[in-house]
Amino acid sequence: MAEAKWMSVAQVKEQIRESSAEEVTASYLEVIGKSKLNGYVAVSEKAVEQAKEIDSKGHKGPLAGVPIAIKDNISVKGMQNCCGSKILEGYVPPFNAHVIEKLQAAGAVILGKTNMDEFAMGSSTETSHYGPTLNPWDLERVPGGSSGGSAAVVAGGEAPFALGSDTGGSVRCPAAFCGIVGLKPTYGSISRYGVVAYANSLEQVGPLANNVSDIAALMDVIGGYDNRDSTSIDRKIAYQEALKDDIKGLKIGIPKEFFGEGINPDVEKAVWDSIHRCEDLGASWEEVSMPNIPYALASYYIIAMSEASSNLARFDGTRYGYREKGENWHSMISKTRAEGFGVEAKRRIFLGTYALSAGYHDKYYLKALKVRTLVKQDFDKALSKADVLMAPTMPNPAFKIGEKIEDPLTLYLSDVNTCPINLAGVPSISVPCGFTDGLPIGLQVIGKPFDEASILQAAYAFEQNTDHHTRRPPEVA
Amino acid sequence: MITKEDVEHIGWLARIEISEQETVEYMEKLNSVLDYFGQLDELPTEDVAPTYHVAEVFNVFREDVVKESLPQEEVLANTEHKQDGAFKSPKIV
Repeated sequence: MAEAKWMSVAQVKEQIRESSAEEVTASYLEVIGKSKLNGYVAVSEKAVEQAKEIDSKGHKGPLAGVPIAIKDNISVKGMQNCCGSKILEGYVPPFNAHVIEKLQAAGAVILGKTNMDEFAMGSSTETSHYGPTLNPWDLERVPGGSSGGSAAVVAGGEAPFALGSDTGGSVRCPAAFCGIVGLKPTYGSISRYGVVAYANSLEQVGPLANNVSDIAALMDVIGGYDNRDSTSIDRKIAYQEALKDDIKGLKIGIPKEFFGEGINPDVEKAVWDSIHRCEDLGASWEEVSMPNIPYALASYYIIAMSEASSNLARFDGTRYGYREKGENWHSMISKTRAEGFGVEAKRRIFLGTYALSAGYHDKYYLKALKVRTLVKQDFDKALSKADVLMAPTMPNPAFKIGEKIEDPLTLYLSDVNTCPINLAGVPSISVPCGFTDGLPIGLQVIGKPFDEASILQAAYAFEQNTDHHTRRPPEVA
Repeated sequence: MITKEDVEHIGWLARIEISEQETVEYMEKLNSVLDYFGQLDELPTEDVAPTYHVAEVFNVFREDVVKESLPQEEVLANTEHKQDGAFKSPKIV
């Protein structure tokens, strides 16, 4: 059979019909075996066996035999789930996340678990205890984060698509840096059951793929209600039905606050070229004002860190993972957490603990929640005049490994255009829209809550009429 | 500005042991981030209600039905610190 590398899901399914799920899975495992990217932290030993079973049963699911990579914070029964952290080294969940149950029912074959920033805290995958993942477009650069492993393996041809999670940009940032498509769905549209929590009022599982159609195919499988997640919303969204190559009459809002100081001129140009391309295709655009966006980053980080300090309290060395010796309960836990967490995770736990502590709660946490309301109102207003908003996903292309990791604030600032979306809970998709010095640029298309249809349609029509998504990284070709 | 004593106190609250040297490093980096957070003070928010989350659901209940739970040995499989079907931790009091 032909090498499965960079096949679309439709092509993978065609290949499975012509040969077998087993051969397709074996082909991906061969590519993974030669990888230089450190995108996978674990490769499934059962993948070939599962593919064989799909073949022998003649599985009729929508993803029968299609391989997929899973971020290492989404529980897969019997496979490690370390979240890029030493404190969860060796942890193997005894149950499946809701999205994994759905994938398995659909016949998908899990190839392995992908590298990530520790507990999804980062925008470069450099904070992983298991070493940085490399960007397939330039091996000296970061793939973005925190779902950097998932993005790198898709861009590198090591999986047709992957799952990540997006708390403040963790699917869209690596999708933009690696030249692929990534979706942050509406808050509540996918169950978070079995996903290790970082900041649960902000995060959603999200798909990463080589094209918009594959994103929609995956969403049709993993989306939907689950009563084990109390924020799950019972609302049917038809993802694949939205894929129409037609944006005549689409109203696009351009929030000028997303084109702020420090934006790379090539990124700005590529995004404006894309907006004009949409205009050629029959859409119209107008500038919209979102005055509270400059405050979104600070609000986002205070909320995320506060929730993290509470969520990560469960990692105490008692029931699973890494454990240090201590003379009593307090010292065992304090030493375990000192050794088990990396620098960035500890920094965020410290800041979150401080923001929630007596005397500072109102100044930081409550203030951030009020600013969140203002940011949400900005989105409501902007999206009442426009069907979708368009903006750069990242203000700059992928940076060099080591370039930003020493100064936390510099690294946080790279989330400036992605984190406001999580505060508002709206959906947003990043699609390839150009290149600068051989590095991919991402266009972000933002929509109303539960109106994934509009952003998928806009992204699909844009993709059908451009060729940015067809370029492949020379480093791994 | 947070002080060395504040950092030590937060470390105690968060149950993370930190060395003397780390305390100083933390203090500097935490203060630079807190400085940045201070920009929110510019925004008047007296009459604004807080948003804890955006899902329009409140008090989600389900029937209290007994369902099958995980077998004890699977739950205990991730630690070597166990005894008589329970997790084993150092003395608490």
